[in-house]
Amino acid sequence: MKSILIAENISKQYRLGVIGTGNIRHDLKRWWYLKRGKEDPFIKIGEKNRQDTKASGDYVWALKDINFEVKPGEILGIIGKNGAGKSTLLKILSRITAPTTGSIEVRGRISSLLEVGTGFHRELTGRENIFMNGAVLGMTKREIKTKLDEIIDFSGCERYIDTPVKRYSSGMTVRLGFAVAAHLEPDILVVDEVLAVGDAEFQKKAIGKMNTLSSDSGRTILFVSHNMDAVKSLCQRGLVLHNGEVDFAGEARESVDHYLSNYRRIPQIQNKINESHRRHKNSRALELLSISSSHNDLHTRSRMCFDVLIRKNKNITFPVCLTGTIMNFSDMEIGSFFSEEIYVHQEESTINLTIADHNLAPGSYYINLTISKGSLKNAHLSEVDHAFEAISFEIEMKERNEYFVNWKKNWGQIYFPSEVKLKTDI
Amino acid sequence: MGKVSNQVHYRITPKRKLLDLNFPEIWKYRDLLFLFVRRDIITVYKQTILGPLWYLIQPLLTALTFTLVFNNIAEIPTGKVPPFLFNLVGITAWNYFSQCLTGTSNIFRANAEIFGKVYFPRIITPIASVITMLFKFGIQLGIVIVVYIFLLSGGFHIHPNLKLFLLPVYILIMALSGLGLGLIVSSVTIKYRDFGFLVGFAVSLLLYISAVPYPLKEVENKIPEYAWIVNYNPLAHVMEGFRYIILNTGTFNWAWFVFSFVFSIILFLTGLVLFNRSEKIFIDTV
Repeated sequence: MKSILIAENISKQYRLGVIGTGNIRHDLKRWWYLKRGKEDPFIKIGEKNRQDTKASGDYVWALKDINFEVKPGEILGIIGKNGAGKSTLLKILSRITAPTTGSIEVRGRISSLLEVGTGFHRELTGRENIFMNGAVLGMTKREIKTKLDEIIDFSGCERYIDTPVKRYSSGMTVRLGFAVAAHLEPDILVVDEVLAVGDAEFQKKAIGKMNTLSSDSGRTILFVSHNMDAVKSLCQRGLVLHNGEVDFAGEARESVDHYLSNYRRIPQIQNKINESHRRHKNSRALELLSISSSHNDLHTRSRMCFDVLIRKNKNITFPVCLTGTIMNFSDMEIGSFFSEEIYVHQEESTINLTIADHNLAPGSYYINLTISKGSLKNAHLSEVDHAFEAISFEIEMKERNEYFVNWKKNWGQIYFPSEVKLKTDI
Repeated sequence: MGKVSNQVHYRITPKRKLLDLNFPEIWKYRDLLFLFVRRDIITVYKQTILGPLWYLIQPLLTALTFTLVFNNIAEIPTGKVPPFLFNLVGITAWNYFSQCLTGTSNIFRANAEIFGKVYFPRIITPIASVITMLFKFGIQLGIVIVVYIFLLSGGFHIHPNLKLFLLPVYILIMALSGLGLGLIVSSVTIKYRDFGFLVGFAVSLLLYISAVPYPLKEVENKIPEYAWIVNYNPLAHVMEGFRYIILNTGTFNWAWFVFSFVFSIILFLTGLVLFNRSEKIFIDTV
């Protein structure tokens, strides 16, 4: 079958550092070279996009020689670590930015969904925004008009449809935006992790909608995600990016496995918390420095112990609370723990964290840690510092839990202790 | 399974063409253009008490101030035309030009959010801005007519010139020069933001060398040694000509008319080429 999209040798170069005085000099030089019909002098330089090492040059390749094809009706999952080049590839596919070299041939109408509700204006009503958003995404007024009732119905915002969206809750805004997007009818849909927003019910709805789009109307979808479960269940094929290059291409399941086994190495014994663990800004009045484990082999219902080293950056008087979420390696939240209020006095101190009786099924897990002001008692926690993928651990199968020797994937991730007695007449 | 057309819809490539405007595509997005215009018009004065009245207050007050300063204090003669109307006409024309300019000069920064998330022909945004301003200009031209009629009934002998038919051309010249300059500034600003600061006060200074608050010939009379600054400024001839066709005051010269027209087209094309270049690199530099 003919491919609906063919990407050939896609590369994208970025300039590092601050755009400033060196820039005008490079601009002039580039202009001078191009004017004489020579090649761009800066295109030859540039290094692999590795974020863990300090770059020596000024230019970096965010993408390097990416080749892939997509068949019609196929759902392709694009996965990779943060900074692997996923977003850049997405931007090129959506025509937001042009590649430095290479070309992509597209045989069909392409629509991209990098965000829900692009073009929404706070002052306009829900109805007006449906038109605005639809037009931004490439629909004509007539198309939107014929689908208006369906869109309003799908969004579940009927009562507020003539109210300005600034009065909407964030959930409603997202639903309205997605409702418009779901009624797009391109041949190829490019979707970013927009599904990460919204509650679980919404995510389910969104994934379901994507599934029907592909199975019923043969729509081709390119899907970029961190959610390995979604990729596995939704996509037929996968593309793993690493440092701006295609590292693996194949079936979705294989791609996810390749990715998980190669790129998600979270230490089990000790881990220093650095910037790569932080995803957003915090006050960091208290800072997480490191975490280490002090337990031996773990199995279901055994005790887990961690030592968390923290530093006081400001003289704080309020109590803090250490909370964490246990995740599995498909990035699904399994459960969370919350500490009592802690008053930190010394400049550096160690917190002992113990999780007893956890009932986790055999498998690999990791912890996202947060240190917050306040406590669970007054139900208000405001983050002071956080660390994603702080430490990982593995629950092993042990003789004591002989049932677990063959713990199956579809049994879930929690073991429920139970008692069964046969009720007999006395 | 979806059908695949044999024809390649489009090709995503490094773009190096000097100017590639895809007119069929722009036409396809005309609804978006219309919605942008509508949004800009109806959202500006939301949550204000006077609402669209602001469209009227600004030119009226400016004309009043100019009349007091330039005609009453500085005693600049405006011929048979009442100074207030003289200023109002000049300000209305200048407003259209300057708002086209300032409205498009920060087009990239104002739309960074939306440009970073979705593709549509970028040129739609500045065009929408110019059309929005045209709407405002129409309202302000309406007040000019009201004041005109009021003064006529008050006994003043004013009448438009026969060349009033050139009005659409003058509007086009103002739109093209404003848009062109705005596009040039917007393209330069994405890398060097200094120009963004420059525009703010440059426009207000430009007003004084564009014969807005005085007739062109007054410069010759008062400061002949510097008159060339105004004389070679195409905008000054646009302002003078605009007043000439409406109020039949001042001078008109076909050569200068053509000069301003050609100049506006050159500005527009230059702006378009630069904009075309910037829209591709903008998202990587902003």
